[in-house]
Amino acid sequence: MSLTRRDFIKSNAIAAAAATAGVTLPASKTALAGDDPDVRWDKAPCRFCGTGCSVLVGVKNGRIVASQGDPDAPVNKGLNCIKGYFLPKIMYGKDRLTKPLLRKKNGKYDKNGDFEEVSWDEAFDIMAQKWKESLKKSWEENKGKPVTKITSRVAMFGSGQWTVWEGYAAAKLFKAGFRSNNIDPNARHCMASAVGAFIRGFGIDEPMGCYDDLEHADVFVLWGSNMAEMHPILWSRLTDTRLTKPGCEVHVLSTYKNRCFELADNGMVFKPQTDLAILNYIANYIVQNKAYNKEFIEKHVQFNKTPTDIGYGLRPEDPREKRAKNRMKGKLTKISFEEYAKSLEPYTLEYVSKLSGVPKQQLLRLAKVYADPNKKVSSYWTMGFNQHTRGVWVNGLLYNVHLLMGKISEPGNSPFSLTGQPSACGTAREVGTFSHRLPADLVVKKKAHRDIAEKIWKLPEGTIPGKPGYHAVLMMRKLHDGAIDCYWQMCNNQLQAGANMNNESYPGYRNPNAFVVVSDPYPTVSAQAADLVLPTAMWTEKEGAYGNAERRTQFWRQQVKAPGEAKSDLWQIMEFSKRFKMEEVWPPELMAKAPEYQGKTLYEVLFENGQVNQFPFEGKIKDDRGNEYDNDESAHFGYYVQKGLFEEYASFGRGHGHDLAPFDMYHKARGLRWPVVDGKETLFRFREGYDPYVAKFNPNGAKGDVFFYGNAKKNGGRANIITAPYEPPAESPDEEYPLWLCTGRVLEHWHSGSMTRRVPELYRAFPDAVVFMNKKDARKYRLRNGRLAKIQSRRGEIICKVETRGRNQPPEGLVFIPWFDAGRLVNKLTLDATDPLSKETDYKKCAVKITRA
Amino acid sequence: MAETHDDKKGISRRQFLSTTLKTACSVTLMGVGLGFYAQRANALPPLAIRPPGALPENDFLGACIRCGLCVRDCPPQILSLGQLGDDIPTGTPYFIARTGPCVMCEDIPCVKACPTNALDHSLTDIEKARMGLAVVVDQENCIAFQGLRCEVCFNICPLRGDAITLEYRHNPRSGKHAFFIPVVHSDACTGCGLCEKACILEKAAIKVYPIEMAKGELGHHYRFGWKEKAKAGHALVTPDVKHHYNLPEGVRYELQGKGLIFENQKAQPSSGEVPFPSNPLQSLNRKRKESE
Repeated sequence: MSLTRRDFIKSNAIAAAAATAGVTLPASKTALAGDDPDVRWDKAPCRFCGTGCSVLVGVKNGRIVASQGDPDAPVNKGLNCIKGYFLPKIMYGKDRLTKPLLRKKNGKYDKNGDFEEVSWDEAFDIMAQKWKESLKKSWEENKGKPVTKITSRVAMFGSGQWTVWEGYAAAKLFKAGFRSNNIDPNARHCMASAVGAFIRGFGIDEPMGCYDDLEHADVFVLWGSNMAEMHPILWSRLTDTRLTKPGCEVHVLSTYKNRCFELADNGMVFKPQTDLAILNYIANYIVQNKAYNKEFIEKHVQFNKTPTDIGYGLRPEDPREKRAKNRMKGKLTKISFEEYAKSLEPYTLEYVSKLSGVPKQQLLRLAKVYADPNKKVSSYWTMGFNQHTRGVWVNGLLYNVHLLMGKISEPGNSPFSLTGQPSACGTAREVGTFSHRLPADLVVKKKAHRDIAEKIWKLPEGTIPGKPGYHAVLMMRKLHDGAIDCYWQMCNNQLQAGANMNNESYPGYRNPNAFVVVSDPYPTVSAQAADLVLPTAMWTEKEGAYGNAERRTQFWRQQVKAPGEAKSDLWQIMEFSKRFKMEEVWPPELMAKAPEYQGKTLYEVLFENGQVNQFPFEGKIKDDRGNEYDNDESAHFGYYVQKGLFEEYASFGRGHGHDLAPFDMYHKARGLRWPVVDGKETLFRFREGYDPYVAKFNPNGAKGDVFFYGNAKKNGGRANIITAPYEPPAESPDEEYPLWLCTGRVLEHWHSGSMTRRVPELYRAFPDAVVFMNKKDARKYRLRNGRLAKIQSRRGEIICKVETRGRNQPPEGLVFIPWFDAGRLVNKLTLDATDPLSKETDYKKCAVKITRA
Repeated sequence: MAETHDDKKGISRRQFLSTTLKTACSVTLMGVGLGFYAQRANALPPLAIRPPGALPENDFLGACIRCGLCVRDCPPQILSLGQLGDDIPTGTPYFIARTGPCVMCEDIPCVKACPTNALDHSLTDIEKARMGLAVVVDQENCIAFQGLRCEVCFNICPLRGDAITLEYRHNPRSGKHAFFIPVVHSDACTGCGLCEKACILEKAAIKVYPIEMAKGELGHHYRFGWKEKAKAGHALVTPDVKHHYNLPEGVRYELQGKGLIFENQKAQPSSGEVPFPSNPLQSLNRKRKESE
């Protein structure tokens, strides 16, 4: 490796600083745009979090010159947070990538060369060469193996920020084209535990409720969610209900005091990981007081247990994994109500109060609101629950509480998993860009599901491998170990985002045998460690669709052209597929089943299949006001690409509880919440009257009754209550590393900061990451507010400023560092322990020490 | 690189501001003719803020020997000295919040450096400094006043929760969102200017002004009744008698609370801090019986 780790870290810190300082302002006349008749206005969902606010984008002379919150959008009613306020500026950072860049020495690709500008042709040439070499090796390794055992040496790491069709095209290219299930979205770091719990509990993914719960609940409970900063507009709605509804209460649980505590009637700081015990205490309280809804549980609930002592998703040789009795196991066993009740008995108020550090009175108050049948309770959670080594369990334990009371699937009674990304639901989950999934909740493991996909995709039986591919964290390990040769990262920043960067991701990216491609609009930390960087169109430089946390699908048209030679992810995926003849990607035995595909390209088979290319493109997209818009992908490929992909994709879910409306509807509507049946949206699922599928699955059910049809086949439509105990985290503070480290975000910055740190105002508002800590701890470790501190874990160290009077107020023994800062990479410290069931990393708990820098 | 950029901006802004403000001030002051205050306010342009602990301006000008030691010892180097041609008395220290606010060092090195007590050495707690007062001057353009979720000034305030708080209000336009209105409290604001620097608008909506310029004054005869009651801890006059009302059955009247209460409706008699019976079973069992 010619680029040493130190050089790399140094150069990326400098680049990060330069990028943030040298930014041009996009539009000097923004203030006047509202009055300018030449400005064309059109709607688009916000590029950032999963809330799904809508904005109006003002374009003049091919540039976005203005924006405004969409006053008619039901989610945000014209409002934005400061990230949304600055949306147009994220596109005009001075250092946008406009040409493909390849590491070269003496005119040839060299892993240790410097980046040089190359043409798209040259970029795809080297990519295709590497891919083909790798696919050959995979063929050799898979010889004689059944389809259920097939592995692959090519991998893609995608995104919950992809548009729906980008995710769909990528999944199709990898799963069907390259026959590799090694495709996973960054939603693995974000939503995988929520997904796991939805599937285990309800047999179908995504929340039953919607944002209207925010106006209908009497009580809000936040579990590991700093909604005040991370879902600013939803928090604004929650706050309004708290202000205007008599008797409304807000309960907040977190491992440190955050901004939500300002509104909390009952704010609780608990010791990390003890949320498991707190939830069991609440369930125990409900059972002990016989407060449960007997009728509901008799009709709609099945009780189960899950294997315990399941390890921490670390490498198998880690002693913690060797000790685990039931490593990675999750098969449910049916139990009786009595057995369930018994499993809760240890979780008394005394025990849990002591374990969690939350005063008894506060726990009791929380338990009482759940147990009160006259209070409608909506529970919200985000990364505190999902990024958890027992993430699926803890999600499930909350469902247990709601199910015991029957507080579910009706306005205001809602366990609701908030999403962090604009299309974690719409793309990553609904399209199924996970290593184990296919569209509309199908999974690669089941032959019947693969059959459905192969039929829709017009592929021979046995094309899609039946073995789940490498998930995000495993990809890093496999890249490091040399089991992946080609790795394509698109629409995210994994090197900054992945845990244990020094020991897993970075050596993986720089593995001499690996070829790493990064598609991004900006030179991110990942791009700096890549071998080939592809300049990428972003947000409204392409036509797109996102699905927010409440199942709302929203579309936008292409508003402006991407700079230079930057191309959308969709173009890159489809154009790259032209580089492969079928016989180069499929082995002879599979080709023999589809002789008609002989001599064709992957592009022709996947995208010119009579479905994706069925809608003609007239050269411009028109709206009903007579405005015209470009659509660069459709102009390039010669048909309405997005519509063709969407309609093919939608055919997976229509009639199966995942119904999407016809394509054109979404360009007219301010988003529609699926399932959309007969043109009608579904606000609350699983309840007759609200959800048309209930009557379909349960025709003899009573009016207004609940039916969990995701489990119709498995157990007659019951939701699963799954008991699970408290188990300790993977790493806890000790004498050497005496502090907990929790990581997260701040309101001003989005994820790895590659966009928001290029907006000068946002950079000024929150320039660099700081370590939020308790004043007493600061004194103890001889630190002062504003001074530099060195934070070390067993895996690495970083230096940042101490903040003792910040918006986050950790208790003694815990520090919080946001991860947006490319100059202070907190993931050098974090541990790559995951939930063994969901494979989602626990970014909230590891042990560190802190000293003066 | 970033610093040069900032400096340039700072100088041009300073010139701009000083010219405008000079005109504005002189016009106002000519009209009003507040002789003593005129001299005092006119001595320093409103956006130039003295370091922590600075004596009242006239005393300060008398005491400051223009040595520049405070400027030398300022860790983030935000202090400048007035130069010939500036409106700031030559050689005296100041800072401009928008470009370089005071970061409120706990050990206050600038004050320690002052050889003459022009920066008052009795200031040992930086939170007691009163350099100026932040004011949300432009409520039309402040995006928080329009319901957007910004709160950058609140988030960055070193005395967040004391010097700046957020007031929640219902947003009648959207019908379902809240306003998070930043409110500055003069009893805690040090005038450090971090809020003015961080404001994300093209021109800051929150600005730090000298205290005497920013503050209003209540009529000397008037008191806010609820504050006086809180201060005293009890009513200032004899407490009210117990009132009795003619009411139909099932209706109560809370004079100091909710007013009319209809007990036959869902509302449960409150057990104190939470509005439901202290024994949950009381309501739980009733509900189950109904459903059975």
